[in-house]
Amino acid sequence: MNRRTRAGLALLAALFLLAFAGPLASPWSWDATDFTAFRRPPSAAHWFGTTQSGRDVFALTLHGMRKSLVIGLLVAVLSTGLAAAVGTVAGLLGGWADRALMWGVDLLLVLPSFLVVAVLAPVLPGGWPVLVVLLAAFMWMVTARMVRAATVSLREREYVLAARLLGAGTPRVIVRHIVPQLASLLAVDASLNVSVAILAESGLSYFGYGVRPPDVSLGTVIAGAAGSATAYPWLFAFAAGLLVLVVLAVNLIGDGLRDALDPAGRR
Amino acid sequence: MLVFLLRRLAGHAVLAVLAASLAYLLAAAALRPRAEFEDRSPRPPAAVVDAELDRLNLNDRTPLADRYRVWATGVLHGDFGRTWQGDPVNGELGRRLLVSLRLLTCGAVAGGVLGVLLGAWAAVSRHRATDRAITFGSYLLLAVPVFVLAVLLQIGASRVNDATGVRLFAWVGETGPGASGGAFGPLGGLGDRVRHLLLPSATIALAQLALFCRYQRGTMLDVLHADFVRTARAKGLRRRDALLRHGLRTALVPVATYFAYTSGLLLLGAMFTEKIFGWHGLGEWLIDSITRGDVNVVAAVDCLAAAAVLLAGLASDVLQGALDPRARAGAR
Amino acid sequence: MTPVLQVSGLHVDYAPDVRAVRGASFAVERGEVLGVVGESGSGKSALALAVLGLLPAGARVRGSVRLRGRELLGLPDAALSRVRGKDLAMVFQDPLSALTPVHQVGDQIAETIRVHAGATRRAARTRAVELLELVGVPDAARLARAYPHEFSGGMRQRVMIAMAIANDPLAIVADEPTTSLDATVQAQVLDVLRTAQQATGAAIVLITHDLGAVAGFADRVMVMYAGRAVETGPVGDVYRRPRMPYTIGLLGSLPRLDGAPVRALPADAAPAAEGCPFRTRCPVAVAACAVTEPAALPVAPSGQVAACLNLAATERPGAVYPVPEPVPAPDRPPRRARPPVLHVSGLVRHHPQYRGALYKRRVGAVHAVDGITLDVREGETLGLVGESGCGKTTALMEILRLAAPPGGRVSVLGRDTAALGRAGRKALRRDVQVVFQDPFASLDPRMRVAAILAEPLAIHRVPKDRTAARVRELLELVGLDAALAGRYPQQLSGGQRQRVGIARALALEPRLLLLDEPVAALDASVRAGVLALLRDLQNRLGVAYLFVSHDLAVVRSVADRVAVMYHGRIVEIGPAGAVYGTPAHPYTRALLGAVPVPDPGARQGRVTLPGGPPDPSAPPGGCRFRPRCPRHPGLDAGRARLCAELDPVLAEAGDDDHAAACHHLGAR
Repeated sequence: MNRRTRAGLALLAALFLLAFAGPLASPWSWDATDFTAFRRPPSAAHWFGTTQSGRDVFALTLHGMRKSLVIGLLVAVLSTGLAAAVGTVAGLLGGWADRALMWGVDLLLVLPSFLVVAVLAPVLPGGWPVLVVLLAAFMWMVTARMVRAATVSLREREYVLAARLLGAGTPRVIVRHIVPQLASLLAVDASLNVSVAILAESGLSYFGYGVRPPDVSLGTVIAGAAGSATAYPWLFAFAAGLLVLVVLAVNLIGDGLRDALDPAGRR
Repeated sequence: MLVFLLRRLAGHAVLAVLAASLAYLLAAAALRPRAEFEDRSPRPPAAVVDAELDRLNLNDRTPLADRYRVWATGVLHGDFGRTWQGDPVNGELGRRLLVSLRLLTCGAVAGGVLGVLLGAWAAVSRHRATDRAITFGSYLLLAVPVFVLAVLLQIGASRVNDATGVRLFAWVGETGPGASGGAFGPLGGLGDRVRHLLLPSATIALAQLALFCRYQRGTMLDVLHADFVRTARAKGLRRRDALLRHGLRTALVPVATYFAYTSGLLLLGAMFTEKIFGWHGLGEWLIDSITRGDVNVVAAVDCLAAAAVLLAGLASDVLQGALDPRARAGAR
Repeated sequence: MTPVLQVSGLHVDYAPDVRAVRGASFAVERGEVLGVVGESGSGKSALALAVLGLLPAGARVRGSVRLRGRELLGLPDAALSRVRGKDLAMVFQDPLSALTPVHQVGDQIAETIRVHAGATRRAARTRAVELLELVGVPDAARLARAYPHEFSGGMRQRVMIAMAIANDPLAIVADEPTTSLDATVQAQVLDVLRTAQQATGAAIVLITHDLGAVAGFADRVMVMYAGRAVETGPVGDVYRRPRMPYTIGLLGSLPRLDGAPVRALPADAAPAAEGCPFRTRCPVAVAACAVTEPAALPVAPSGQVAACLNLAATERPGAVYPVPEPVPAPDRPPRRARPPVLHVSGLVRHHPQYRGALYKRRVGAVHAVDGITLDVREGETLGLVGESGCGKTTALMEILRLAAPPGGRVSVLGRDTAALGRAGRKALRRDVQVVFQDPFASLDPRMRVAAILAEPLAIHRVPKDRTAARVRELLELVGLDAALAGRYPQQLSGGQRQRVGIARALALEPRLLLLDEPVAALDASVRAGVLALLRDLQNRLGVAYLFVSHDLAVVRSVADRVAVMYHGRIVEIGPAGAVYGTPAHPYTRALLGAVPVPDPGARQGRVTLPGGPPDPSAPPGGCRFRPRCPRHPGLDAGRARLCAELDPVLAEAGDDDHAAACHHLGAR
């Protein structure tokens, strides 16, 4: 584990702690309203200030970050899992199954995912979990291609050939020789997908297609404050800053892992 | 090569048709243009709304298959239908495309080129302060979403404007009112355009820069210790020349093809920038149309985006063939 | 005469404390060739890079490198760049990765000229074409516009040489210039290097692991071990009367074409950190060796020096290593009476061939294996030799599939593979096992040695309680310490890894072992040990080998019978003694002639085979060897027409099952 990964993990752990333990330290709940303080800058009573409707920015932002983190993690796990399943199957089976699956991947890549999610998310019932599924459904394709390529190249490795020539069947080859190699690739990809998912979620929420009221995410907090950011910077700064930190931490972990696992492929 | 490109183009066309149809069906099934019409005040009678919707092929009481048939027939004849207000989509589509291209070209190219240079520079001075600074900067920039970046730039620009007392930067729309008719005539108009272009272009350029800086640094590190760079030095080239003429030239191949490929995705990727800076481009149109339930516009923009992605893929193939002799076929 | 290039007291340290070169000194004069010989880890490549000032950034260099008296160490990059490629040139090992893939070779050569001479683009291009002609690239004007990947390995190396001599250098450093090339091409490249040297009069430092290449090429030789020069002297003296135990062992461990027994060096113990680094493998080490690192002392008036504390023991080099006890040939019935374990007849395998990386286009079929017939009987070794691309590995893989081949028949232990069902095939895999060339790639990096050896047992459902004992047994069988069972492959040396590969193949007690270049990736001193192990295992277990290799000397040391492949066909087959002693086919003769022999006197009268290995997708009509055949041009028209029109088949070429496919077996 290299320095970058450690730094990223430490940062992410701190952010998690802040998101889940932080609200306990604040006297304000994220949905409470302080009718004596509208659009106040940070103060002892409201550490990050208040919004125009008198909500505590600290509590609101941390609550939003919690949602963003949860969505990011879930989407990453789902999409990487889907990618792993499709990629390995296509890579191992080859032939028609491979071509059909990869063609489907191409099709989904051509379809603008933002559009589909933006059109579907508001009409489907179910709130943010649906958003998670939709985001995951449009994020796995590139990873699946990568997993497929890795599987194909692993299939050709001499030690896999050696196992086959010893008489090992396909399931044994997959479990003993291919999956352990893919595990590291998938770990890296899942961690990088967390940041992609968080950015996508906040982007959609920014336009109002993602997390919708009464739910709060970093994207919605930023969207609500972006218009008046010049005049009331605190409304915007904390949410934006935390969003940047989260993505930074996750990217550090992912890239650090990749460098540690594959010193040849520094991309 | 030509046969190959044509074949790939045909395969792409099938994908594009499918993707466009899917997008239309999805939009037509999910969006609710009726609500927009009914919300007018005074509330129009139901029959009028229906007639209006029928005229625009937006009526959700018509079966989806019929609406699709009408739409598809139109598209095959080069007609993307009418907008919610009843104007033809085609004309507006072209206008908006030009706006988006005006916005994107400068930013994407400048960002890409700068990113490549910075990435290469970072790789060459690996483990030194330059590398650390560039790498950290690109990491940070990659973590900043476009809509945050745009707002930050706006805040910064307003500070500069306040400090200098001159409106160096402007960030609403493409032109300011009356600039070309002002004291400087057409020249003032140009200056005004440039002034409006600066911030949004910078937003796109910075995002692009971070991406390509990281990518170029990676590919450059791969060739830093390549045998052929060593050979070049053994020939008597200095380190810098060897890295530029042999290392960068080789490391540029995957980056250039990637640039071509991602340029197709940029078309819609600019929606944040357009929306925030009030440029009436394709991205902004798409967002507004989704909100309004303007199915025909959504489908048209999607067709364009799908075509852009596929053309960009094709362009990246051609570029790779042009840059890398190993990828050319029929050699020997 | 003052030396052109003088290196003294050169040290190279890689961070943090890897000492690659520890005080190397040598001098080369104008027109002289110095061979620097060493195995992997001896520091020879670091030495080459240090001389040119091309070491990676983390390396530290001390000492002195003087080119015609001018100190090069410590010069800034700009000053050094004016020397590199002009007065001091280098030829690198792997010419595919050493040439820039995206520039035309003509431009790459021209660049060398333009950097130093400031010639015009056109003049430099013209000169580049001349240089390509000088190094024997046919159709140079056209090929100057080609890219490196369009060249064969040998042709690429010629390009590298052309680049090196472009500015008439004073000295050329060649780092493993012939490694990974076929023997016939190796000989050609060395000839080209010699021509280039004669044209420029440059001094050459030839760095290689190949004692054979040095013997025929160098005037003096320097043997390196663990970063030190342990023996230096005129080639003749060092080869005939080596005095440092390592040199003695290295020369003695080379497989020989005459089949004489080799003496294996004690297997790969790591160099000692203190005292004499070689003492961990040295049979004549004394107590003092553990304390003092010996200095090089003169041992002959010719200037031969050797670094050994026990020079008295090496007075008679032949007595340093024990002569291997002649292994009593196990009592077996005569060959004809033994049943065949493998019988192949008329085996055919064509690969569709594609071109282009971006989009693939089928351009024809490679006739990889085009009808070969052979059999391997119980307890014997058949060596299958040929240049790269001749189809030997394809034949082996086709046999290993244990399925119906596209053409011909394969039967193993009397069972036709075409008739096998799924279960039958799996059962047969117990009896047919394989050892691959690259022990780095053939062992799963995520499994411990014990798990690697247990895998075949698990696959074939050997009871779990017997596994641990069998793993220990296997390790002992291949001469590995039982403690290695807990290691991962990357923690083992190359030789140890290959032993693990062999142990895995033997786990199920197969009757037939297919070996694909099993020692090609190993150092010479380790190679002898593995070959000895293979012979020993055959004697003890009675397993039959099909041994595929490009190295005729290696095959000579293990094979009972030999089959020579060319262009998908077997051109000669017979008992090893007969094939090597009285080769009947001109190709076999040429191959034997191209083998680098570690004997400085053996070079005269050698015939170099023209051209490279043929394009396997386009066999010429008639005899496939005709375009390269040294016999063919000397034939009269009538007999030559026979070669052009009729594809020869294997015909009796002596007694004892010796056969060759040539129309003119009688001709010389």
